[in-house]
Amino acid sequence: MQNKAAISAKELTKHFGSRKAVQHVSFDIKQGEIFSLLGTNGAGKTTTIKMLCCLLKPTSGNAQIMGNPINQGTMKIKRIIGVSPQETAIAGHLNTRENLILMGGVHGLSQKESKKKAHQLMDLMELEDRRDQARKLSGGLQRRLSIAMALMSDPQILFLDEPTLGLDPHARKSVWNYIEKLKGEKTILLTTHYLEEADSLADRIAIMNKSKIIEMGTSSELKKKYNTRQTLNIKTNNITTKEIEMLQQKGMDVLQTPSGIEITGNNPDFYTLVDILRSGNVKIEAIHMPEPTLDDVFIQLTGKEAQP
Amino acid sequence: MKTLSLSSRNFKEIYRDPLTISLGLALPVLLMILFSSIFKRAQVEIFSPTLLTPGVLIFSFSFIIMFSSVLISKDKENSFLTRLFTTPLKPSHFILAYMLPYIPFALTQTLICILTGVFLGADFQNILPVLGIFFLISFTCICMGVTLGALLSVNQVSAVGSLLITVISLFSGAWMDLHMVGGLFETIGYALPFAHAIDAAKILLRGGETTGIMKNLFPVIAYTVVFFFTAILSFRKTIKRG
Repeated sequence: MQNKAAISAKELTKHFGSRKAVQHVSFDIKQGEIFSLLGTNGAGKTTTIKMLCCLLKPTSGNAQIMGNPINQGTMKIKRIIGVSPQETAIAGHLNTRENLILMGGVHGLSQKESKKKAHQLMDLMELEDRRDQARKLSGGLQRRLSIAMALMSDPQILFLDEPTLGLDPHARKSVWNYIEKLKGEKTILLTTHYLEEADSLADRIAIMNKSKIIEMGTSSELKKKYNTRQTLNIKTNNITTKEIEMLQQKGMDVLQTPSGIEITGNNPDFYTLVDILRSGNVKIEAIHMPEPTLDDVFIQLTGKEAQP
Repeated sequence: MKTLSLSSRNFKEIYRDPLTISLGLALPVLLMILFSSIFKRAQVEIFSPTLLTPGVLIFSFSFIIMFSSVLISKDKENSFLTRLFTTPLKPSHFILAYMLPYIPFALTQTLICILTGVFLGADFQNILPVLGIFFLISFTCICMGVTLGALLSVNQVSAVGSLLITVISLFSGAWMDLHMVGGLFETIGYALPFAHAIDAAKILLRGGETTGIMKNLFPVIAYTVVFFFTAILSFRKTIKRG
């Protein structure tokens, strides 16, 4: 399934007056792939999604959704996409089932088809058939309902704009589980500023900063490419200032921690390190080298933390 | 089918909101009972059930402006409309779906006010053409609401909606005879459609000829047409903005 481009963006650009919201954004998303646009607030992720969903006309550039250009005949595209906007975007006075049936209706499904599909999705997303109005549901349930609403038309492509924004870690994890269930079934474009979300869900990640895509690849490719600085945690209780100074003289960043030392550097020389520690009879209780994270990649690329 | 699905949702949003029901349906009844009890003691003709009913009804229609505009602006604010804009709905589906549910609501208001009037002792003549006038003015209010909702935010809609209710209350002649007040007040009142609608309804309800209401009917029709197109244009603008 993962070979043809489901979404293909070429030099997409959007200006609002003098403000450049998106500049020359290009990418291809294969069918069945989960692709994440990662970036801080205001990086241009939502504007990119809005152009792809035919909500905004690009200032220049173009994109195709399953071969249909976004700037002509938008109805064809609207029939094959499902969108879960950044806000939960539910009808507050309707209950869960009514919200789903409504979405079936606006997509042209019959009442019978809508009811059947609503039942399936409520099972998939573990949404209870309660009489409660949707506005009274918890944030996590509202998010799951929002995603289920986007799935009512059985879309080929699903746009999820910040699907876990404002949720507590437990509710966030639960939403991830539901998105994972769709992996391979749907092509998903997901925007997020939670690095772990992109890391855990996406097949490929594009990092957006200041309205441009500045890097793109799989999570491991990005980590490999940008994590040249390694960190080493050494657990010891008898290291002295003398050995720390000797390590620093060898160009290593050494930080004394309650359990020992933390050394950071671009390819630190481990032989020298061991020699210095041995010479001071430093007893090493444990050595730990943490896995590089997407956080490090993001900070290195954008110079700032992703999460607000 | 698509229009029906969305208008059915909007219908439920209206009837499941206790504020809509209390302000739109219960308040007019309370006002009619209150003013007719004044009439019983003071015999002020304008508060007689026959003459009071059109004024109270048109005042209650002014709440439709508020309800319909708040519904649309809230749907904009929580991105529900954005979600709908990504579905295969056409502008005509949206406009109809946001207007249609208020028609039965306005008819319910009309029925309740007329029945309350009858209960309080009103003697209504020419009820069918009067219903036509009420329909036109309620439709104008629906169109005004759609226009405001499409163009303004929730906060702006609340402020402008409250202002409009006050303006309609003061300048429609629901609670006073504008000719007796005269001056700028009268000029403003008759520059708007509400006073014309109330005057026309009063003439007919007292048994007057249909030909006697033409000068009042034309401004009402003109406002209805203008606001119908304003509603369509402003909603299209909202769709364009995404």
